[in-house]
Amino acid sequence: MSILDPAGPAARDIAALWWVMLTGSVLILALVTVLTALSFRKRAQVPDEARLERTWILGMGLGFSMAVLAALLAYGIATGARLTAPVADAVEVTAEASLEGWTFGYPGDAARGQTADVLHIPAGQDVVVSITTRDVIHSFWVPRLAGKIDAIPGHVNTLTIRADLPGTYQGVSAEYSGPGYLDRRFEVRALDPADWQAFLSGEMP
Amino acid sequence: MTALKRHRRLEAIWASEKGFRGWFSTVSHSDLGRMFLFTSFFYFGVAGILAMLIRAQLATPHSAWASEEVYAQLFTMHGTIMMFLFAIPAIEGMAVYLIPKMLGTRDLAYPRLTAYGFWCYAFGGAMMLSSLALGLAPDGGWFMYPPLSGGIHAPGINTDFWLIGITFVEISAICAAVELCVSILKYRAPGMSLDKMPIFAWYILVTALMILTGFPPLILGSILLELERAFGLPFFQADLGGDSLLWQHLFWLFGHPEVYIIFLPAAGILSTVIPVMARTTLLGYGWIVASIVALAFLSFGLWVHHMFTTGIPHMGVAFFSAASTLVAVPTAVQVFAWIGTMWKGRPDLRLPMLHILGFFFTFVIGGLTGVMVAIVPFDWQVHDTAFITAHLHYVLFGGFVFPILAGVYYWLPLVTGCRRFFKLGESAFVLTFLGFHGTFLAMHVLGLLGQRRRIHTYDADAGWTAINLIASIASFIMAIGLALALIDIIIHLFVAVRGKRSPWGAGTLEWATMSPPPSYNFASLPHITSREPYSDTPTLPSDLARGTGYLGDPQGDRRETLMVDIASGRPEALAVYPSNTTLPIRMAAVTGVFFLSLLLKVYWLTPFAVIAVAAFAVRWAWSLGATRDAGPQLIGRDMQVPLAIETEKPPGWWGSAFLLVANATFFGSLLFGYAFLWSIAPGWPPPEWLTFSILEVAIGIGAALAAPVLIRVANARVNASRPATPASAATLGTIVLLAVCLVSLILRAPSPTEHAYGATLLVLGSYGLFHAVLTGIMLAFVIVRMRRGYVSAARSGEPAIARLWVDYTAGAGTLCLLVAHVPAWLT
Ligand code: HEM
Ligand SMILES: [Cu+2]
Ligand SMILES: [Cu+2]
Repeated sequence: MSILDPAGPAARDIAALWWVMLTGSVLILALVTVLTALSFRKRAQVPDEARLERTWILGMGLGFSMAVLAALLAYGIATGARLTAPVADAVEVTAEASLEGWTFGYPGDAARGQTADVLHIPAGQDVVVSITTRDVIHSFWVPRLAGKIDAIPGHVNTLTIRADLPGTYQGVSAEYSGPGYLDRRFEVRALDPADWQAFLSGEMP
Repeated sequence: MTALKRHRRLEAIWASEKGFRGWFSTVSHSDLGRMFLFTSFFYFGVAGILAMLIRAQLATPHSAWASEEVYAQLFTMHGTIMMFLFAIPAIEGMAVYLIPKMLGTRDLAYPRLTAYGFWCYAFGGAMMLSSLALGLAPDGGWFMYPPLSGGIHAPGINTDFWLIGITFVEISAICAAVELCVSILKYRAPGMSLDKMPIFAWYILVTALMILTGFPPLILGSILLELERAFGLPFFQADLGGDSLLWQHLFWLFGHPEVYIIFLPAAGILSTVIPVMARTTLLGYGWIVASIVALAFLSFGLWVHHMFTTGIPHMGVAFFSAASTLVAVPTAVQVFAWIGTMWKGRPDLRLPMLHILGFFFTFVIGGLTGVMVAIVPFDWQVHDTAFITAHLHYVLFGGFVFPILAGVYYWLPLVTGCRRFFKLGESAFVLTFLGFHGTFLAMHVLGLLGQRRRIHTYDADAGWTAINLIASIASFIMAIGLALALIDIIIHLFVAVRGKRSPWGAGTLEWATMSPPPSYNFASLPHITSREPYSDTPTLPSDLARGTGYLGDPQGDRRETLMVDIASGRPEALAVYPSNTTLPIRMAAVTGVFFLSLLLKVYWLTPFAVIAVAAFAVRWAWSLGATRDAGPQLIGRDMQVPLAIETEKPPGWWGSAFLLVANATFFGSLLFGYAFLWSIAPGWPPPEWLTFSILEVAIGIGAALAAPVLIRVANARVNASRPATPASAATLGTIVLLAVCLVSLILRAPSPTEHAYGATLLVLGSYGLFHAVLTGIMLAFVIVRMRRGYVSAARSGEPAIARLWVDYTAGAGTLCLLVAHVPAWLT
């Protein structure tokens, strides 16, 4: 369940973002703490007001903060754009949430029926999940693969996920949905190409 | 007159009634401010206990003692009480208590309104609390998202408690905001121009304006959701043309500014206390004012950052992401201005300063995680996890609880006139600080490890047990710390060890009187020439007590103070306050009956309650004014000014103007909702449109155009001392015509339960109609007042107030008709 243990490119990008921001934040916190602490030391004379205003308000308050924020923002927007960019030849699946559980639908004809609470995807391929809900708001979240997106009545949201390797990944509904919320979970099974073909043709449950 | 005699005279005029009854009839800002603070801290205790129950539940996977239904009530009520019944009222209490004292005046603009606001808060809060006692507390989370909170998925009364109780409590916030705006702009000591105002007043002014523009969207949302629940108007149901996202927009349009409404006054405390603790003056006063204003504007452009996971297109969220990071800039300006102030002076590590250091450390972390979640992709991961819960507590606890404790410890000597006895405060702070960080630092990690917020327990093999246990143990340490602080404060209140006046050596006016301050605050009002008058004139308290300032000679038994020009602080008018009365509490009680009738669905009672409220309001307004011109009044220092009721813009005019700001925001939110449903909601176009009626539009708009003209004719005739009844009656006639057109619109609109379109038209029409009726009543009131001699060329304020409302109603009515008909006509 940890977002710091990514198993796909989207989650990995976001985990990288986290480590960068954490480092920056620790440095800034240290800076502010030291600056605050230094104000308690004994000083012979105090610099004049205009100088202080320049240093603290223009320099630190405006200059420093804007520079840091602009850099971070650019990084964040670029990451976001990459994660929401349309992907070519992705596998398209559907996810419908409800208070009873998740129902997943697959491409192709009738051979492959819907599955309940287990989403099968091919490993190593981009998968676009179209997400909606039958009743209240839910959210589709597989922490090791990607961020979450809400399932909202009357709307369809899409999310691109990709698992690098075959395996099972835990997913949860991550928008409070009343009694039973704790157990509104699902699983994503990433399959290797052979299994995926078998799954699509209905040979695998 | 000697100082002592003057004190006795003023005390006789201003004192609240003695004993038990005094609690219910007081209109003194000092009393009411303390009552607000006491009550809000009581709720802090209640919500704190709920928090402890939550942490007990989550301590280990096996410690869950509450069912998930109960747990849902716990976290919903914890969040709701903290935000609506603790934080906002605590700020109101601080401001109500301090603002007149800091501004060198004797009370707020509308003492009875302060009392009414308090009682609405007290009764509304009691309503919320009773839901908890009955086990019927709201359980949809503090932001109450439909459809989960809608009638289908939450049929019980729980959600109604929230929608109706919170709306009731919000009346008090709106009252306080109107009152604080007018007080800060118009009720200051003479000579105190805007740039000489204590910085705290700037913070409160901006906060009050934000309440006026931030709360209406939520009030609208609550009304719409309650209409859906009670009468099936499908505003939030996707299959009937509604959209649950509309609620999220309305809620966060309120919810984000709310965070700043809580933070700004706390920052105001910091900007006041830090310079005193550092024995210097604030660095960059002008910059700070600019950054408060910037913060206020920016904070209204950020709400979407609470909705990054709802599937809004990436370009859209990128804009809000940028705005959300930008808002960190004015905050950074303030933080560095404070640090710069400490560099400028020589900070002392006294108790308020400890809390300020606690603030710095905590709030900076909260700000940094805030910037993190403003970065959209990261928010996709941590949204709705314990990471968000941790972040929001760093901001709210760091940015509010520490500053308010600093403020309480700073101003307690003023309130009580005593000094602290047992020094429990320091150890209390250390426990609170360590406990806090233990709890919430850990919760960040839980969020990163995938723990959702609002889950009532978790699996033993999830790997979260140890961290949760740490968080829970730390939270109990914090609770002990807070309890110690409380005991410390209570001991302070009851163990009287006389302290000296102004123990911190502050320069602002609140210290330039006795402590505890007398009921009239200042025996005479100072003339202000600098930002720190008390530092400049150390003899100020005794000078004022000797009556060297303004209004040192009380006339009769009038409660007097001065109104000033907004920018320069030049005295403009002499305001006379009403004295002790139980009218506010009685009016709040019937207001409560109104809300209770909605809650319990005894709708036959509702109209009676409305009539009762209106009757009280008329009585309230009737008791003001006079039937004879009094002419210029001596105010001391060889100056003369007219009575406030003999000016063009009496206090009521200013109050109306600010109330209309809130009202216009409400209307704007309604129009936004209409446009939103139209363009975004699935399930449009509706099955049936309104049929266009040229007659309805023409008559309605014609009446709306005529009304402002006619009321101006009436105003002009009043000013020329000529009979104005006919013109006023004609205005009333046009308003009635407008009302008729709006009724016709309501009756002809498609069924409100079949599609959100019809429902929206009903609400629009009703909004216009409500204002037409209200304005009609005001005009009738003014006409009667004219006939009884309450209006003259000098006393022309009441017709001027009516003009404000006529203009507003005409504008709103026109817009209602247009937005209903133009689309119907085009399709
Ligand atoms: C006294 C110490 C406090 C503790 C130990 C505490 C603890 C908690 C915990 C554990 C939750 C998460 C519940 C969950 O997600 O299951 C929570 C939620 C919340 N808290 Fe606090 N809290 C404290 C103070 C405050 C303060 C001072 C405020 C605001 C002024 C506040 C506002 C909130 C809000 C708005 C929520 C969200 C409720 C919801 O999810 O609907 N808390 N608190
Ligand atoms: Cu959410
Ligand atoms: Cu926000």
